[in-house]
Amino acid sequence: MVLLDHGSGGLASSRLVQEIFLSRLSNPILNELEDSAILDIGQQQIAFTTDSYVVDPIFFPGGDIGELAVNGTINDLAMKGGMPVALSLALILEEGFSLDDLERIMDSIARASIQAGVPVATGDTKVVPKGKADKIFINTAGVGIIEIRFPLTASRIRPGDKILVSGTVGDHGATIMTRRQGLEVPGQFQSDTMALHRLVRDMLELSGENIRCFRDPTRGGLATTLVELAKKAGVTMEIAETEIPVRKDVAQTCEILGLDPLYLANEGKLVAVVAPDVADELLALMQESHLAPEPAIIGRVVEQGIMPVVMETAIGGKRAVEMLTGEPLPRIC
Amino acid sequence: MMNLQDGIASGQPADARRRRDLVKALLLSIHRQLASISSPQKIRLMEVCGTHTMSIFKHGLRHLLPDRIELISGPGCPVCVTSPGQIDAAIKLSDIPDLIVATFGDMLRVPGSQGQSLAKARARGADVRIVYSPVDALQLARDNPDRNVCFLGIGFETTAPVVAATLKMASQLSVNNFFVYSCHKTMPNALEALFSSKESDVQGLLCPGHVSAIIGEQPYGFLVEKYGLACAITGFEAEEILLGVLSLLKQLASKYPFVDNCYPRAVSPEGNPSAVAALEQVFQPSTAVWRGLGSIPGSGLAIRQQFKRHDAESHFGIEIEEPNKVSGCRCHRIITGQIIPPECPMFRKACTPENPMGPCMVSSEGACAAWFKYGGERL
Repeated sequence: MVLLDHGSGGLASSRLVQEIFLSRLSNPILNELEDSAILDIGQQQIAFTTDSYVVDPIFFPGGDIGELAVNGTINDLAMKGGMPVALSLALILEEGFSLDDLERIMDSIARASIQAGVPVATGDTKVVPKGKADKIFINTAGVGIIEIRFPLTASRIRPGDKILVSGTVGDHGATIMTRRQGLEVPGQFQSDTMALHRLVRDMLELSGENIRCFRDPTRGGLATTLVELAKKAGVTMEIAETEIPVRKDVAQTCEILGLDPLYLANEGKLVAVVAPDVADELLALMQESHLAPEPAIIGRVVEQGIMPVVMETAIGGKRAVEMLTGEPLPRIC
Repeated sequence: MMNLQDGIASGQPADARRRRDLVKALLLSIHRQLASISSPQKIRLMEVCGTHTMSIFKHGLRHLLPDRIELISGPGCPVCVTSPGQIDAAIKLSDIPDLIVATFGDMLRVPGSQGQSLAKARARGADVRIVYSPVDALQLARDNPDRNVCFLGIGFETTAPVVAATLKMASQLSVNNFFVYSCHKTMPNALEALFSSKESDVQGLLCPGHVSAIIGEQPYGFLVEKYGLACAITGFEAEEILLGVLSLLKQLASKYPFVDNCYPRAVSPEGNPSAVAALEQVFQPSTAVWRGLGSIPGSGLAIRQQFKRHDAESHFGIEIEEPNKVSGCRCHRIITGQIIPPECPMFRKACTPENPMGPCMVSSEGACAAWFKYGGERL
């Protein structure tokens, strides 16, 4: 039986993918399980990806489901070095869904698409009877052109490499968690949804193949992303809690709800693992960019130890960081 | 545009430095105090509260403390001590047609004695909702007047007063479709059971800060008098926990144990009389079955006659059958401090947060979850 756990982006999800999907669909392109598939078409390399958006609530501070659907798919292309060319847009609408809301979402899709310079090139609409879907579900797919001549993959990570994050973590997840529960919490934080392809382009232009790989820490948050990367690369990552940027109001909200910002989703942030020599120049570039609010070097790569990710805590202690398991749950007392 | 300038919590060098310095100073004092205790044996201290356990692991404190000090998790994780029979009963409740079960999130994935859980019941179609407060559950009942809503009352003296206040509200507003299944437990009698039942080599207790904020200092007195235990009521920040450990060592060195309130900013000697009054008005002491500790008279909270119309146990005729044995699971020995999680043969093998065999691996305050998540034995 499918449980909500299976969609959380953590261990249960990866098991579903391995045991039910890959066992049947296995092929060299899919097996990579990266943010985008890499296709060789003639002389050209293409990045190709798809993603469905079912966020609840559909409108939230900082964005809505439409903007998310544009930016999320662009980011999946960008993480593999794909400069987005076009998107598809497929809507599943619940009977009775308000046309005003639909227009509002389409306006924001149009805005996000123009802002990113990536047109919607094809689309589809289905309507299902009331109760058979929740208001609106969106699927977008995207294609992007890869100009670089090296792969952005975890396998290129080496001991000594530095780990960068482009800004404060947990903003989107904290926004959705509090809105979903209808909670009044302190602070002004909002979703960070943002298209990152131009930031990726600038970083690649500056440091080329000294950049080992990019990831966008969406579901499962920064923690899950780092554990996945470290496992794939066969290394250990050492990060410092004090270096990880977290908004104060997000940290406070997490404190109240018993959540950990390291496990909350981001929709406008990237993690880059880079050669040690270029970490500072990339940090400087990000500091100048409006696409990277509050970037930081959060740690380094070392030889493989027993745990994939180890964190020095703010007070100087040490602990492991594990992947997300189960839904992020509120605390009890 | 949000203002990020004053929004960054971590990465504030001055604050982090100050905390580190404070922690260093406390650790130095702990080392010195330990040197003054001549016996070479390990000093076993129990953190009673699950929130302490989590905080200890989250801050990596075990690595900073001297090897001679052993911190053991106690019975203070409310989900973990809920008896298997009560878990089964809660899952059974969710099968009642048209009933909405409202619960704190931690209960969702706790396995019942047959491997079932509220999460699985929800996937099958049961209406199980996560709430952050019993007041939310009451609202749910008011929003759904044609359905019954049952809140699972799990928790100690910290949670129970809020549930009591909610029951009073439900009664005043005549929200007759609102029910509470009270699995609440109270701490002092459980500690009595823990330390009276067998030889325990625990020498000191970090007493739960939140519970103490309600019940005050006095209820721990018997632990000092009867069992000679050092007691420190302790807050939840790393510095506060170290302060509590330091107090326990000082008490052990001087051989004069007492109840030291190291959390005076939240805990007053007499506790919170109005919360205690609300508790007493709505609940009466009852016998409760604890996982690991068994049946303990006076350690449960049953809903009083005046509020019986909201009591799920009588309204839905809940019958609790304690299963003879929950196979393989050693949560009961972990809760009582007899073993630590890596000593359980299922830990990290058959039992993981994804596929938990017992509550200690599920609860966000469970010892096994803490050891698993923060790599306790692997660093």
